[in-house]
Amino acid sequence: MMFAVAAIAVLIALALAVVRVLAGPTVFDRLVAANKIGNAVILLVAIFGFLTGRPEWLDIGILYGLLNIIAVFAVLKFLRYGDLGVTGGEEPTD
Amino acid sequence: MLDLVIDAISWILILAGSFFLVVGAIGLNRMPDVFSRLQATGVSDTAGAGFILLALVFQAGFTLVAVKLIFLILIFLFTAPVATHAVTRAALSVGVTPRLFDASGRQRRKITEEVMRAKTAARPEPAAQQKGKGKPGARKKGGRSSKR
Repeated sequence: MMFAVAAIAVLIALALAVVRVLAGPTVFDRLVAANKIGNAVILLVAIFGFLTGRPEWLDIGILYGLLNIIAVFAVLKFLRYGDLGVTGGEEPTD
Repeated sequence: MLDLVIDAISWILILAGSFFLVVGAIGLNRMPDVFSRLQATGVSDTAGAGFILLALVFQAGFTLVAVKLIFLILIFLFTAPVATHAVTRAALSVGVTPRLFDASGRQRRKITEEVMRAKTAARPEPAAQQKGKGKPGARKKGGRSSKR
């Protein structure tokens, strides 16, 4: 029961974030909402493991958590340089 | 008896976490511009995820699952602020203007423009800086003093 409540709350948050991804005027709105969707999916994996009585799926959740931030930085770098292969060299201005 | 106490703690934590998650998602849809949306979702998302995972830790007891959940909480605590910060700086450097409002709800266009002019004067456009390589020290000093 308690896990079902948490799962429903996470699903509501995920649906609202999807709305912002579709509606966001700038690409940063979509990026923030996509980050929130990633967080919600991690929580959903963790909660679903407890819901079905097999909490071993948490490894997948940890993996998603690490991929999530890498994805955000990759999109930001692509937006700034237009290429993911740019090396550091001079320090970026921001 | 102990089970009852643990269940009660988990219920409280799950309700608190669900509240923060849903409020953050509503704020993501209701706020007027990128920066306030970032603030609405970045703070409450960390709190909501932390509370829900902490409730799961109480349910798991002293097992390997609890250790993994604690690692997951630590990942959330480290990555969520960093991602928020990176998105904010990227939006500012591209030139997304924050919208400022006065007490009656009208947008203060003049002040918004003044703030953006001060920022761009302290830090020239990224494109211009990439062309004129050099003088990283001067940029750092100007950028710091204008932000405070």
